[in-house]
Amino acid sequence: MSFNNHLDTLYRQVIMDHYKNPRNRGVLEGDSVDINMNNPTCGDRIHLTMKVENGKIVDAKFEGEGCSISMSSASMMTQAIKGKTVEEALTLSKVFSEMMQGKEYDDSIDLGDIEALQGVSKFPARIKCATLAWKAMEKGLYTNKQ
Amino acid sequence: MDAKEVRKLFPILNQEVNGKPLVYLDSAATSQKPLPVIEALDKYYREYNSNVHRGVHTLGTKATDAYEGAREKVRKFINAKSTEEVIFTRGTTTAINTVAASYGRANLREGDEIVITYMEHHSNIIPWQQVAKHTGATLKYIPLQEDGSISLEEVEKTVTSNTKIVSVAQVSNVLGAINPIKEIAKIAHKNGAIMVVDGAQSAPHMKIDVQDLDCDFFAFSGHKMCGPTGIGVLYGKKALLEKMEPVEFGGEMIDFVGLYESTWKELPWKFEGGTPIIAGAIGLGAAIDFLEQIGLNNIAAHEHKLAQYALEQMSAIEGLTIYGPKERAGLVTFNIDGVHPHDVATVLDAEGIAVRAGHHCAQPLMKWLNVSATARASLYLYNTEEDIDKLVAALKKTKEYFGHVF
Repeated sequence: MSFNNHLDTLYRQVIMDHYKNPRNRGVLEGDSVDINMNNPTCGDRIHLTMKVENGKIVDAKFEGEGCSISMSSASMMTQAIKGKTVEEALTLSKVFSEMMQGKEYDDSIDLGDIEALQGVSKFPARIKCATLAWKAMEKGLYTNKQ
Repeated sequence: MDAKEVRKLFPILNQEVNGKPLVYLDSAATSQKPLPVIEALDKYYREYNSNVHRGVHTLGTKATDAYEGAREKVRKFINAKSTEEVIFTRGTTTAINTVAASYGRANLREGDEIVITYMEHHSNIIPWQQVAKHTGATLKYIPLQEDGSISLEEVEKTVTSNTKIVSVAQVSNVLGAINPIKEIAKIAHKNGAIMVVDGAQSAPHMKIDVQDLDCDFFAFSGHKMCGPTGIGVLYGKKALLEKMEPVEFGGEMIDFVGLYESTWKELPWKFEGGTPIIAGAIGLGAAIDFLEQIGLNNIAAHEHKLAQYALEQMSAIEGLTIYGPKERAGLVTFNIDGVHPHDVATVLDAEGIAVRAGHHCAQPLMKWLNVSATARASLYLYNTEEDIDKLVAALKKTKEYFGHVF
């Protein structure tokens, strides 16, 4: 059913698929980058764990609770960064942030499923939902670098 | 009262949001403002903006008269004995913080107790946590009944002779529960404690009589009762306020300033350091005139009827959970199975309907309810049955929409 085209730009099928069947759900055991982040204004929270070996993210998992946008974004993010170098992941995060702000972004990078989140930029109140997992990833990788 | 006529005085309500007529159901967050309030602010800034309590010039006198006139309107509105007991603050938060920082820190010590409830707003929790940390006093919570209401038996059990402060919301901003303040105050006083009331969700909607409630402090905000943002009130019993030290020091609140010592003005001004919130107070005065012209009892009756109608209609939606007791103030907090409240609020917004979604500044209560967030529709004098019908239709659409995409 579609009673609202405006809403359909936000709730794309691929987003709802990630919400319903989140990828990489869980917590990595052992020596991993471990980061908790929440959105104090709405109560969404994410617990992200990443395994980084020789500058490469070999695995990533998340736990948390929140709306369809925040949880699907977390699912897509973990999927996208697995196998990427830390630098590549941070570049991706920058592109994602530009996309959320409705700015021009480097479209030579293959965003895969993440592209479906582009519609969020038209819903200013929901941008923070989409960026939570990415902020957690950035914080985790920066802390790990130091 | 005729809500349809009342609506016409609120210009903001006459607009479309996302191509649909606006249905504003977020008055517990902030109310909309009627023309008389907007005009009072406009008139002040156009015709007699000036600082108060100083200077000899004509505009200064006009501004002072209007500012102090607003204080008298507040006094009558809550039936305080004198204007010395009415302090203008930035809002409920500042009012409660003033009691905590001044009365709390000076009068509590280790072994003493502060008693609040699980349904408090953060602004009636954190100030007391800070007092407890500072003084070594203990913070205790009155447990809630299964439907989210408070039983006086539990109050009796929680409040002891060690309790020095009891602080409770008169109306819960999430559950809509209306708490028996007068009876809780009796229990507090019997044990030698003072009674503080968070009136943010009650003062806009029902007749308040601080003498009848026999509370020691009562805090509320202007912006939730048709007034401007940035103005609120702390009522306190004169005998207590007289013994309390100010929290903010500077201009306006002094009597005599020496090089190393200063003395304070008398009540209420010793608590109003700095240039006061002049326009805000005048706007609040206009809001009080407006509400009293319609009648607080009429407003309460209208909202009660609407809330019961909303409860009835919303309970009939399958998969929708409503939180809080049946007998309630004009708000309904709810969740739809399988749809996060943010998503509910976004779909409703696309239908022109404004509701709140999140933890409502009540994280301990969310934990008690065992949810991370909820959606809330809250009512005021300008809402109609038609608004509720639109909400119910949109909620059904929300269910269908997410039912499909799942």
